[in-house]
Amino acid sequence: MAVTDAPPTPAPVEEPEERSIGSLIRATEIDTRLLGMLVALVVIWVSFHIWSGGTFLTPRNLWNLSVQTSAVAIMATGMVLVIVSRNIDLSVGSMLAVIGMTMALLQAEILPDILGFDHPLTWVIALLAGIALGALIGGFQGFVVAYIGVPSFIVTLGGLLVWRGVAWAMASGRTIAPMDSTFQLLGGGSRGNIGGFWSWVVGFVACVGIIALLVNGRRQRVKFGFKLRPVWAEALLGVIGCGVVLGSIAYLNRYFLPEQVARQRLEAAGDVLPAGGVEIAFGLANPVLIAIAVTLIMTFVATRVRFGRYVFAIGGNPEAAELGGIKTKWTIVKTFALMGMLVGIGAAVQVARLNAAVSGLGQLTELYVIAAAVIGGTSLAGGIGTIPGAVLGALVMQSLQSGMVLVGVDAPLQDIAVGVVLVVAVAIDSIYRRRAA
Amino acid sequence: MTTTETPPPLVQMNDIRVAFGGVHAVDGVSVDLYPGEVVALVGGNGAGKTTLIKTLSGAHKADSGEIYVNGQKATIATPRDAKEYAIETIYQTLALAENIDAPSNMFLGRELMTRWNTLDDTAMEDAARNVMGRLNPKFQNFKVPVSSLSGGQRQSVAIARAVHFNAKILIMDEPTAALGPAETEQVNELVQQLKAEGIGIFLISHDIHDVFDLADRISVMLQGKLVGTVNKNEVTKDEVLAMIIMGKLPGEATATEMEELHS
Repeated sequence: MAVTDAPPTPAPVEEPEERSIGSLIRATEIDTRLLGMLVALVVIWVSFHIWSGGTFLTPRNLWNLSVQTSAVAIMATGMVLVIVSRNIDLSVGSMLAVIGMTMALLQAEILPDILGFDHPLTWVIALLAGIALGALIGGFQGFVVAYIGVPSFIVTLGGLLVWRGVAWAMASGRTIAPMDSTFQLLGGGSRGNIGGFWSWVVGFVACVGIIALLVNGRRQRVKFGFKLRPVWAEALLGVIGCGVVLGSIAYLNRYFLPEQVARQRLEAAGDVLPAGGVEIAFGLANPVLIAIAVTLIMTFVATRVRFGRYVFAIGGNPEAAELGGIKTKWTIVKTFALMGMLVGIGAAVQVARLNAAVSGLGQLTELYVIAAAVIGGTSLAGGIGTIPGAVLGALVMQSLQSGMVLVGVDAPLQDIAVGVVLVVAVAIDSIYRRRAA
Repeated sequence: MTTTETPPPLVQMNDIRVAFGGVHAVDGVSVDLYPGEVVALVGGNGAGKTTLIKTLSGAHKADSGEIYVNGQKATIATPRDAKEYAIETIYQTLALAENIDAPSNMFLGRELMTRWNTLDDTAMEDAARNVMGRLNPKFQNFKVPVSSLSGGQRQSVAIARAVHFNAKILIMDEPTAALGPAETEQVNELVQQLKAEGIGIFLISHDIHDVFDLADRISVMLQGKLVGTVNKNEVTKDEVLAMIIMGKLPGEATATEMEELHS
């Protein structure tokens, strides 16, 4: 058919010169909403730093903040896709309890009988079982939503009650502890981190990754003759990206092991503690590394593969997705199963950090996870949301909570503040979106 | 019916029936379509045009009846099946996901992939630019969500999607309902062009004035039934109007009834 015969690729379109801050930001093609959130985060951090008399922006506090944020951030990445597909998952907290309890029982009571105490495979089996169980529970709920047609609000509200009850019944309300010693590393702590050197390695790898993405993106655009970002904008993005990554590593690496732990570690290695003490950096905590990996993978899933594209299409117009030949029901099942798997990972981090599972594990977590996604710009109407936004949302919420604890705000006031911020954040977002439209 | 002619019709729909509950939305309708032909499918609201055509585009299954494509019996249960037979549909609702951009919509369900099996957005944008360069050269908004496009631009996206995938059979459901005069003219030109390339087109409309000039034949539906199919050259608009409103074939309606059409 002649219509598809391609005319020669048009020459790159030259944009008219503009000179304003808005146009400069546009030239870098940075997501302005993400930028706004980063600014908000900086404001929150600086405010708490001043309010707390200089204790908020310390390496130690930021390190703790990063660890505390990871579990909710991991789960929020999945919640984005669930909400984008015009659904909701209220069962996250209760699922976390069931999965956490399962992993704890496996390590504390079942696997030691089979494999022996502290077997090297214990943590792998427990973790994989937890993720698989999450996929199963999530997939089942997704099946009821997609194929039987029960609204997800109802299915997962039921799940919230059911799984909470199951978690209690599994151990009759007992606390299950302790965890496998390797499994505990998933939760951070003085052992669960990669140290200063490897943190730098991670930082440099991230830097190379950022530059590679920019170069590859530009190469693709050149290949097809599309409009290019100005070179200064590309360079600026690269410098800022690398600067933020390496700066964060440098700062976090100034959080050192307590002297006692440092001495033990040196003695274990056959060294002696020098007279003047020693500075061994914690480095990035394992749960933070997991959260970063999950964020990268989920961003890839959301933007670079068919499944993610379909989730967004379904959220934008379910009928159009169906007419486009997309298996919409199966896509919804997969979305919920993925959410369940991420709850499995989140549960592992939490249980490892607590070194125990209690039946109240994960209570209200679903609300924090949903709030993180929503603060991060995910629209409850479906179709709109980003993974990095949700992770930032989780960081904003955890910053508020940690900050208020640090300055000694009463617990009820903390809840009030978080609630107000949630509504205000969404209000600002709605206004922004209406003006952009 | 013209089933004995050669070549075989591009599409032949025989005795199609669709019922919703007790209501016969489509009640034993047969239509056909030849290469390079425009068949207008007209009728008032609720006549069953869209439901009939949905059985061809795979959006809705027929309760009974047969569909032949190029003389071969075709099984069309899903939109994907229809696309296998090179049947493309431009829906009245356009069927666009408003939150994603034009190239993503064009390739929805048929994405171009890189060799690592990831979405090749650059290639899709490139293809979209090429098709759009023919259809609507002024169109430049390839990176913004479809929700921020005008009605005419959205229409272009829906048409570009159908055209890009080498449709042999094109279904257009009220393609100009949401368009201004200039854009309507553009669509009409496109229909002529596609027709000249040998594509068979079903043009659905509730208004005979929209399609009379474009159509080769006109099939009229009323209350789920086919009133009849006429050659455009052998009828007047008023005669078709009588079919649409009263269900009477040319010659059946009395002079007084024809007068009343305009009262």
